[in-house]
Amino acid sequence: MLRIDLDICIGCGVCEETCSFGAITLEDGEPRVDDSCNFCGACVDVCEVEAITIEREEKAARADLSEWSGVWVFAEFRNKRIAPVAFELLGAGRRLADQLGVSLSAVLMGSGLDGHAESLIGYGADTVYRVDHPALAHFTDDAYGNVLEDLVREHKPEIVLAGATAIGRSFIPRVATTVDAGLTADCTGLEIREEDGALLQTRPAFGGNIMATIICPHTRPQMATVRPMVMRPNEFDSDRQGEIIDVIPDANRLESRVRVLRSVMEEQDKVNITEADIVVAGGRGLENEKGFALLHELADLVGGAVAASRAAVDSGWVSYPHQVGQTGKTVCPKVYIACGISGAIQHVVGMQSSDTIIAINKDPDAPIFDVATCGVVGDIFEILPQLLEKLKARKGK
Amino acid sequence: MKIVVCIKQVPDAKDVRLDPKTNTLAREGVASIMNPYDRHALEAGVCLKEQYGGTVTVLTMGPPQAEEVLRDAVACGADEAILVSDRAFAGADTWATTYTLAKAIEKLDGYDLVLCGKQAIDGDTAQVGPGLAQRLNIPYITYARKINECTREVIRLERMTDDGYDEVEMDLPALLTVVKEINEPRIPSLKGKMKAKKLQITTYTAADLKADPNCLGLKGSPTQVARVFSPEMRGDRSMITGTVAEQVEQLFEKLEDCLS
Repeated sequence: MLRIDLDICIGCGVCEETCSFGAITLEDGEPRVDDSCNFCGACVDVCEVEAITIEREEKAARADLSEWSGVWVFAEFRNKRIAPVAFELLGAGRRLADQLGVSLSAVLMGSGLDGHAESLIGYGADTVYRVDHPALAHFTDDAYGNVLEDLVREHKPEIVLAGATAIGRSFIPRVATTVDAGLTADCTGLEIREEDGALLQTRPAFGGNIMATIICPHTRPQMATVRPMVMRPNEFDSDRQGEIIDVIPDANRLESRVRVLRSVMEEQDKVNITEADIVVAGGRGLENEKGFALLHELADLVGGAVAASRAAVDSGWVSYPHQVGQTGKTVCPKVYIACGISGAIQHVVGMQSSDTIIAINKDPDAPIFDVATCGVVGDIFEILPQLLEKLKARKGK
Repeated sequence: MKIVVCIKQVPDAKDVRLDPKTNTLAREGVASIMNPYDRHALEAGVCLKEQYGGTVTVLTMGPPQAEEVLRDAVACGADEAILVSDRAFAGADTWATTYTLAKAIEKLDGYDLVLCGKQAIDGDTAQVGPGLAQRLNIPYITYARKINECTREVIRLERMTDDGYDEVEMDLPALLTVVKEINEPRIPSLKGKMKAKKLQITTYTAADLKADPNCLGLKGSPTQVARVFSPEMRGDRSMITGTVAEQVEQLFEKLEDCLS
């Protein structure tokens, strides 16, 4: 419960202003808390007279947390390859494991895994638990969930990370539920708290309007999914040594109540925006499909991929796979060129870690300029055509 | 066929934005709406009912005012509405939420299919659907984009993957989370609105659910919010100024640096 000691409270109203959830209102000079409070503690921090406290009736820890040790990464294997996010997680996981002084393991499951466990070691894993079985050829929540659950129960890792992909977001919550673990979705930051080794899991909340750091003080493992392209992989080291442990699961744990009848790959776009070095993105400011054609031309000239804000996708100028942001993809190219994008926070969370961000917008107050490394205030329909001419001339040389 | 649709009342995301002066969410005039993905789950439930017969029960966990979304759902074709509401539920993370919702669903007179939206737009976790299915010990499919066939025994459908789709089937009872591609939600009918106005809403409290207080709300949540803060903005911006021709020239030079 959030408690406000009215004997101490001076009625300054700072808590009301601070609360991101509108849970505190001043009535006759006295703060009142309603049901929308989610106990984030922001008001506790700002109260100058320390009138606010959060009383947590703490559950006794269910088990000795020190029994749990090591950092794990679920290495997603799909269409005969390890998903790139697994290598990114090994980069993040290596850093966490080194800080904690524990080992880093990867769990690789699927069918036909020969030669793949080694690459996980090259990217930082000390141990790979390899579960190679025909029953795991197609992803099912039951089989994948059972196998990971059993491994977690047996080896007791303190941290389990997985990519926030369609597969990770589908079966990881099930595992967290069965092992009674806290799970944080779509983390963009992972740190170890120095005092106690707790995993600080930071994620955007409220469509990215605020960032929240989540902890799991009483349960293990601490589980998190992480969006692809947020963490950086370590350099591949073919000389790294590690251990590969083949795991043979019980047959009944491989049974699935869901049957996959057919798996269909749909035609991928020519360029995947998450893998491009240069991304050229357009928003509402391009006004129509014709405006968007300028963007395609720019992308061709600079060898980049075309991306878009949600507004442009919703207007039908470009298809959903091109969407960057909270409900689209996260990209981290060397250069991100935002044309006519205002920079709503929902968009910004999907591109803000790009190395260079060039923004062109006619509104000098557009929030996109807050994240841009290089801003141009001007009319996109004046600037782009002239820029295209110059680029064409350059190409001609 | 007995269909349960789980819905959530959320702030309308397009209205939520950061007040640049106070660095808090500008919330005045922010409407509360039914989570948009849940609206697609509801539509899927109502369509199945129309095709195969049965009932649609909508269920929400939230404060008393969450009743509004239940009435909205009934106006759009749901038959019954249940509000799961208690101060003890406040501050629940997805672990405690799925515990509570499962208790509420188990209290119902049986069910064949539970439908959820793929995620709620306020938390964006997508964890409640899978966790709930696990608690109910039923199979589930996430990101359902098309229902091909549904009988009393089995449901066949397409689920979205990162690079295409899978055709899958599972036996009922089961749970689905749906994406917006699955259907186009209807607008409430006048008759539906009348029905929604008169509807008696059943409320389940913690006591009604015979729930373990240690598993509820803030106390039952393994995750805790340690800190909230505004996203950091980068400070290394340079602005290109001048006439259009000058701007284009500088921009071109900048791009050349990047391209080479």
